[in-house]
Amino acid sequence: MLFRYRGSEGMLAWAFHRISGVAIWAFILLHVLDIWLANVNPPVYNDLLSLYGSPIGRLLETALGAAVLYHALNGVRIVVMDFWPSTTRYHKQLWYANWVVFVVIGIPFVLQIMAPAFGLAAPFSFGG
Amino acid sequence: MARTTLAGSARPMTGGFELAVWYLMRLTALALFVLVLAHFTIVHFIYDPAVQNANWIAARWSGAAWRTVDWLMLAAVVFHAFMGMRTVIHDYTKGPARMALTMLVYLLAFLIFAMGTMALVTFPDAVKVAS
Repeated sequence: MLFRYRGSEGMLAWAFHRISGVAIWAFILLHVLDIWLANVNPPVYNDLLSLYGSPIGRLLETALGAAVLYHALNGVRIVVMDFWPSTTRYHKQLWYANWVVFVVIGIPFVLQIMAPAFGLAAPFSFGG
Repeated sequence: MARTTLAGSARPMTGGFELAVWYLMRLTALALFVLVLAHFTIVHFIYDPAVQNANWIAARWSGAAWRTVDWLMLAAVVFHAFMGMRTVIHDYTKGPARMALTMLVYLLAFLIFAMGTMALVTFPDAVKVAS
């Protein structure tokens, strides 16, 4: 449906914004609950943490990062078009520019997050 | 300034509450662009989430600075996420279902904000648990 409908880039930008937004909302529920749990019951939280570090956990972490980054970049595109309506003429170009930034920022994040799932050392080290 | 754009939803013409929400969604969006991307970079790129046990959180929050930053992020994200969900609900429901779901969203927002604030305020400076 998403790709056959005639809406093209503008509609896809909107649909991805909405889907990523609802997904991030769901994660925020989980995230506030887990930090709340870390406070009231640290041992249980520490046990649950192994899920976040597992390969599936890292895959979900990557998906979360992708949702956040897309939503953030497209959000700036929306704010720009809301306050400088003449830029709406270039909404498709802005969307493609978003994807360029998305890929450039996304690649190092994917490498950093996923490397341990393949038994590799994280490529970027901060001495931590 | 045009009143409507092809971007998000049209700027509300009625003024009052809906217009305030419209502006606050964009204001919190800009705040969250900085706060959330910085947060994600710190806890997913600079540090691996696998090491972030309760002791790690306690060390990060030992002092008021990060607690303050994180509380501002919590406030902005609760507003933005739950008002965003309200928009989604208003797009797809009407009548009593819309009213009930909207009230559920406000209730959940209050609950999550309270739980997050509770964790931020009461987290000890050190947790004595084997990691």
